[in-house]
Amino acid sequence: MDSVIESPATWQQEIFSILKQGGVRQVAYVPDAGHAHVIECVNADPDMRGVVLTTEEEGVATVCGAWLGGQRSVLLMQSSGVGNCINMLSLIQNCRFPFLCLVTMRGEWAEFNPWQVPMAKATQLSLEAMGVKALRASRPEEVAETVRAGFDAVFLGGDSVAVLLSQSLIGRKEWERSK
Amino acid sequence: MSQHAATAGIDRRAFVASLLDNCPQALVITGLGSSSYDVFAAGDRPENFYLWGAMGGASAVGLGLALAQPQRSVLVVTGDGEQLMGLGVLATIGAQQPANLSVVILDNGHFGETGMQLSHTSMGTSLAAVARGCGFKHVVEVREMAAVNSLAGQVNARAGCTLAQVFVRADALPRALPPRDGVYVKNRFRAALGLAPF
Repeated sequence: MDSVIESPATWQQEIFSILKQGGVRQVAYVPDAGHAHVIECVNADPDMRGVVLTTEEEGVATVCGAWLGGQRSVLLMQSSGVGNCINMLSLIQNCRFPFLCLVTMRGEWAEFNPWQVPMAKATQLSLEAMGVKALRASRPEEVAETVRAGFDAVFLGGDSVAVLLSQSLIGRKEWERSK
Repeated sequence: MSQHAATAGIDRRAFVASLLDNCPQALVITGLGSSSYDVFAAGDRPENFYLWGAMGGASAVGLGLALAQPQRSVLVVTGDGEQLMGLGVLATIGAQQPANLSVVILDNGHFGETGMQLSHTSMGTSLAAVARGCGFKHVVEVREMAAVNSLAGQVNARAGCTLAQVFVRADALPRALPPRDGVYVKNRFRAALGLAPF
């Protein structure tokens, strides 16, 4: 099969390296183009398990189960998925599970599809309302440092962190498919 | 109409007590409400993780745990209402095929904690059919107490992801309240596996 992204951006390769070197064993995800490279690498890695979800809140719970069983796990989603997670995040807060979530933003930068916008506006507020700290990376050169900071806060400090990856990192989506 | 009302005769607490008695090594996750009470009433142990909320999340917690602990049997004990809220995770489990995960749904056909309103399983939904459609390897519909032994054998065998829909009576039993300090239950569970808090 052809890979989804022919030449992944450096920041996408850096995210996978941080997860891999950090000993992450399970990666739960609802796909997004911005996560495609990481998902592809995870699914190709014999020591990592990609868990495709039907809705993002499942991933909040699988991450907790992985931790109960002694494995590090992270959750990947796009911003529209954050709203699906709200009540399930009580698991994180009540039990203080280490929780790292990487969120690719939609609906905030040159967005063609207005249906992405309401949840984009509410993404950070929703996370913070449920006790998850939001960090933001908007330029390619700050992604690795921000993800690493979140990673350490979670897996060394036991915190719950979402890293929001700005839509400007990913660029405009092409709505007209070229032949 | 309701396949449920006509046939459900199993005493949920006796069933759960017998199942757990026959699965002493299992790591157990419970869905909120009566399922948590049933498991606690059968005897508290550090290898039990009780949910008091996060409705719809029990089987997903079980999935993450099963993938992390492939050498242990992982048993999710939950209710029809709790599973109905997270129906999609049955597809997610089917996609992963964790051989050591068993989901046991105590189906009383009602939302027991909120006034015994009818649930979808009293109105036509078959959770067993859903599980089959999602690719579970072993799916059983349990209508008699005697089936508990073969179900326990299935849990212990770790030979394919299993879902059992157990038709239990819609009794409102005395509550048996497990600890609800999540941090305590989490750390106790991890300690039983030899794992540090973090």
